Amino acid sequence: MVKEGKEGEEIIVLKNIWKIYKMGAVTVEALKGIDLKIRKRDFMMILGPSGSGKSTMMNMVGALDVPTRGTIYLDGHDISKLHASDLAQIRGKKIGFIFQQFNLIPVLTALQNVSLPMMFQEVPAIQREKRAVELLKMVGLGERINHKPTEMSGGEQQRVAIARALANDPEVILADEPTGNLDSKTGGQVMDILIKLHLEKKKTIILITHDNNLVKHAHRVIYLKDGKVLKEEMRKRTHD
Amino acid sequence: MIRDYFKFSYESIKKRKLRSYLTMVGIFIGIAAVISLISLGEGLQVAIEQQFKAVGTDKIIISPGSGIGPPGSAVVKLNEHDEKIVERARGVLSVVGISFSFIDINFKNEVKYSSVLGFPLDSDKLALAMETSNNMKIAEGRMIKNGDTGKVVIGYRLAQDELIFKNGIELRDSISISGMNFKVIGIVEKIGNPGDDSIVYISIEDMRKISGEEDTYDYIYAKVEPNIDVNAVAERIEEDMRDDRVLEKGEEDFGVQTFESLMNTFNNIFSIVQWVIVGIAGISLLVGGIGIMNTMYMSIMERTREIGVMKAIGAKNSHIMQIFLIESGIYGLVGGAIGILIGAGIGKGVEFIATYALGTNLLQAQISPFLVVGALTFSFVVGLISGVAPAYQASKMNPVDALRYE
Repeated sequence: MVKEGKEGEEIIVLKNIWKIYKMGAVTVEALKGIDLKIRKRDFMMILGPSGSGKSTMMNMVGALDVPTRGTIYLDGHDISKLHASDLAQIRGKKIGFIFQQFNLIPVLTALQNVSLPMMFQEVPAIQREKRAVELLKMVGLGERINHKPTEMSGGEQQRVAIARALANDPEVILADEPTGNLDSKTGGQVMDILIKLHLEKKKTIILITHDNNLVKHAHRVIYLKDGKVLKEEMRKRTHD
Repeated sequence: MIRDYFKFSYESIKKRKLRSYLTMVGIFIGIAAVISLISLGEGLQVAIEQQFKAVGTDKIIISPGSGIGPPGSAVVKLNEHDEKIVERARGVLSVVGISFSFIDINFKNEVKYSSVLGFPLDSDKLALAMETSNNMKIAEGRMIKNGDTGKVVIGYRLAQDELIFKNGIELRDSISISGMNFKVIGIVEKIGNPGDDSIVYISIEDMRKISGEEDTYDYIYAKVEPNIDVNAVAERIEEDMRDDRVLEKGEEDFGVQTFESLMNTFNNIFSIVQWVIVGIAGISLLVGGIGIMNTMYMSIMERTREIGVMKAIGAKNSHIMQIFLIESGIYGLVGGAIGILIGAGIGKGVEFIATYALGTNLLQAQISPFLVVGALTFSFVVGLISGVAPAYQASKMNPVDALRYE
């Protein structure tokens, strides 16, 4: 359900986004004029087969890359022409990433991994640690804060990654196939946490997947094909 | 923040222990070489300076030949006439002529070669001769004195068992120097270097009986009056001797040097030697630096994905740069620290061998705080510089590509 008022404010707006890759003599048009508005408190899913431009879409929405043409607004600011380091700072503050391969830093403990985004925002060490412990407790890993990723199961690692994504209290959680490397049970647990974040912490969730089974959790689904939005669907969610 | 990056870099280095140590080998060989050689060099320099100072900076040494050659090797020797010229020069307080020879000594049918100094026994001259001979002091018996003939005073090492002679020479023993018999009446206190501790001291008259020479000297020492510029006196002596011999400047067949100028000459030679050493060690450090660079490139390639992740979660280019610069700096710093330990160990080891096996106290490893701090700083900087190019490359990575890297 999209609500009106503050919660319906646009957080990420894509206007006529083109992304064209040059690979030698060949040019690949990964995105062809995407228009998309993501509102605060959306639980949105971007769905599409491989080669549909899903990953490129995630890079645009997540401010990881700038478009070849078009404009991206993040929280009202045009970010399409920002310098890499400024983009990184905004990204670190406004968007929390969750990846399919968890992507924790292997030499760091869970606590240090969760602290890392705060370190890049230059949050003082004491504050950082306090928040990291809270977040790890929240995802049910309060007992494992000093474990390294190699000592954890996939599900645990992904929960650390969720805690890390929340470190700077971002508006948006951007998850790229977050359950793709997990079995259905742990995958379900991860989805439960994401739903909880959406409902209780009022986070905007953007989930990129090719798994049609996850669609039931979203209330907006964007189907991508050949770099274009094929269709957009509004749904009533199972957990509403 | 820097502290956090240190921790982070340290963890990454620790994870690949073997590679990290191998990377640091280049650095610690270089630093160990610098530390051991410079510490010994400095020690040697200090020891030699001390010896010069013990002899005194108020002394002038006049030697035959155009410079300092091996003693006794000059064709034209100095003589009593020269001694008088020196004595007459303004500013000279006292003068002594000494003769030197390296000849055979027979003790209980064992023959060894040793340095023999011939001292004049006139008390003023003898005092100056002793002063110029490392301020030698008598440990046992007495010094030769006016009127003595056929008497000898021996250096410390000659009196020890198994050092020069199988049985050490004792007081009242008889030895034969180049076929002439002498009675040992005194033993000199240990000076601390094998050369000086092996000298035999006799009267210059006895020396001339052995050598068959009439009135020659191998050295003339002059002591200047207090508060007088030694170098000015040395110049006057040189001038007077040149006039006496009717020689032009530059044609001298003798040399006049102050201990100060000798010390400067030694110091100059030392600093050249040390720079050569530092240059060689510098090459080793360059190689070490390239090793670090190589490791950093490898490490960055392996961690491309990590770099992508860090950028995704908000790391600026400068953060990535700092993380990797600190990592390469740590390689340099830790390599340097290990190098200092190894170098100090080598230096002290050489000192130990020199002291106990060679009997010299000239080789003392002097590891000054300046040397340690300098070496650490230098190795850290080598690490940092080696890391600049790899870290820059890492910082410029595109997060999208880096995240996709397998």
